Amino acid sequence: MAQERTLPVFDAADALVTREEGLTVYEDMVLGRYFEDKCAEMYYRGRMFGFVHLYNGQEAVSSGVITSLRSDDYVCSTYRDHVHALSAGVPANNVMAELFGKETGCSKGRGGSMHLFSEEHNLLGGFAFIGEGIPVALGAAYQAHYRRVALGDPNADQVSACFFGDGTSNNGQFFECLNMAALWNLPIIFVVENNKWAIGMAHERASSQTEIYKKASVFGMPGVEVDGMDVLAVRDAAKTAISRARAGEGPTLIECLTYRFRGHSLADPDELRSKEEKEEWLSRDPLKRFETYLLGQDLVKAEELKAIRDRIQQVVDDAVTFAEQSPEPDPSELRRYIFAEN
Amino acid sequence: MAETLLFNALREAVDEEMDRDDTVFVLGEDVGVYGGSYKVTKGLYEKYGEFRVLDTPIAENSFTGMAVGAAMTGLRPIIEGMNMGFLLLAFNQIANNAGMLRYTSGGNYKIPMVIRGPGGVGRQLGAEHSQRLEAYFQAVPGLKIVACSTPYNAKGLLKSAIRDNNPVLFFEHVLLYNLKENLPDHEYLVPLDQAEIVRPGKDVTILTYSRMRHHVTQAAKKLEQKGFDPEIIDLISLKPIDFDTIGASIKKTHRVIVVEECMKTGGIGAEIVASISDRFFDELDAPVLRLSSQDIPTPYNGKLESLTIVQPRQIEEAVEKMMALQI
Ligand SMILES: Cc1ncc(C[n+]2csc(CCOP(=O)(O)OP(=O)(O)O)c2C)c(N)n1
Ligand SMILES: [Mg+2]
Repeated sequence: MAQERTLPVFDAADALVTREEGLTVYEDMVLGRYFEDKCAEMYYRGRMFGFVHLYNGQEAVSSGVITSLRSDDYVCSTYRDHVHALSAGVPANNVMAELFGKETGCSKGRGGSMHLFSEEHNLLGGFAFIGEGIPVALGAAYQAHYRRVALGDPNADQVSACFFGDGTSNNGQFFECLNMAALWNLPIIFVVENNKWAIGMAHERASSQTEIYKKASVFGMPGVEVDGMDVLAVRDAAKTAISRARAGEGPTLIECLTYRFRGHSLADPDELRSKEEKEEWLSRDPLKRFETYLLGQDLVKAEELKAIRDRIQQVVDDAVTFAEQSPEPDPSELRRYIFAEN
Repeated sequence: MAETLLFNALREAVDEEMDRDDTVFVLGEDVGVYGGSYKVTKGLYEKYGEFRVLDTPIAENSFTGMAVGAAMTGLRPIIEGMNMGFLLLAFNQIANNAGMLRYTSGGNYKIPMVIRGPGGVGRQLGAEHSQRLEAYFQAVPGLKIVACSTPYNAKGLLKSAIRDNNPVLFFEHVLLYNLKENLPDHEYLVPLDQAEIVRPGKDVTILTYSRMRHHVTQAAKKLEQKGFDPEIIDLISLKPIDFDTIGASIKKTHRVIVVEECMKTGGIGAEIVASISDRFFDELDAPVLRLSSQDIPTPYNGKLESLTIVQPRQIEEAVEKMMALQI
């Protein structure tokens, strides 16, 4: 096991979280965690198929960034996309139904776990190949910039948030898009979820410079390193980056140091990562940490948190019922959606 | 009527569509300040500014993906491939995201974009600049593939491609940019999905596209003198193929020759021959013949290069041979 990076220190006292914000973020994190736990259960019970990549452990990143966005901002994910979709507002029912391959799924059962989309929620995808979502997120940012600058629309101040992993940061599309984003000053934030592993490839075995945030500087853009197990630290970094982007000041690269609590996908036996490493990171569980913070600050009572957890468990259970009871796609529509219908 | 060179016909199409719809924009290598490597975007940067005629870094896969993202969120990008061959580097974005994303998203997103530029075998440009990517891309679901061949169809097709709500790969040919033709003064569109009957005839159906159309018409002049009456069809749309027009012609001639510039293996003709046998086998009086480029990297040497692609003389011979078959 390689030497752990020292996590950057963030003083939670700087966070200035209101009770409402705290509850919103907490609920979002619980939803992410419980939804994924339910997916594992459903997968092992043979209710969903294919490659299913869970997000347990990384919730502070999705919740921290996406709850800081406006609902008309864009979110672009990877194959590990369930929780980004939930944070972006796609109802649990429609995400679960997609995993069950149902017509009521957010991609009408045509996409599956790695291809979640929702135009209504500005979720650009769900991309099953590593790196290929980054240019798409850049395109959404170019679009907002184009409307604002070339077409003079003052309301076109939407920001794109683009998520991807440490392994993906070695792909050319990452570097090409950092260059274009900085060159044209686009409203985008690149969020690297450095969970130390790309399937079985340890980050330090794949990257000559393991501190990914440092790669921003050569493109002349700010790069920040945050404790990705601390939702308040992520939120703080995200808010700064988002307001910069919205103000027309350009892109930011945020590297979140985080960890996945499960194997790469539900098909991965997860034999390479050491017990010590896993235990060390499990002790930093972002959900527990935020709970401790909320209680310590007297922002909420323990019963309120329990009520949220119970309610979210119900939401997730209902999503399974919804997915189970939903119809399969109509075979006569096999060829629908290849081309636009107008 | 104004006499117009093909590259100018394309430029007029882009200009008219940019003028008509401010969500249309051009991006690619050297499209702006430089005016495009074949001058198709000349003057547009000055007219529309740096955002609407965007000079990109040499990053084909990423700027293609960027166009997909812009198209998903409401713009109508036109990518110029400086040479269509360079889009091999954008294969992933073209296949996965331009081609398949609408389907995998269950219809959430439309991707109205055009990817256009020079393809085909030029004059001694060497193997890598002499690609015919239409053959490689034809298997990708969700793409429309079009090849223009005259100033008239180039302009009308490109305007239709820009207005289409789907990704369109639009192939021009390096050796056709200076073709001249009188174009109408009024606005016109040419439909993307219809083959063009270049010369009606009754003896044999010759299916072709892009530059080979001109080789075929050249051969047809000789064939006419010898008393043959071939029907020449320019496919225009390489995907989907217009089998209505093709079928009607086969029902008349009962003989088919495909003349193409792509390689034989996995080519456009291979797909057409298979489909003709599926659909019109009973109409055929002779096996369908394919005249294609050799299955080799295009050599630099001029003599070898001309041996690699189909020449008008071979087309004449093929027709004579087919007509001589006793049925
Ligand atoms: C182009 C491409 N190559 C390979 C893969 C197979 N693959 C899926 S995930 C993955 C590792 C990615 O690791 P990272 O970017 O760190 O993200 P994480 O899985 O840790 O979230 C690989 C190699 C792929 N999906 N796409
Ligand atoms: Mg990783």
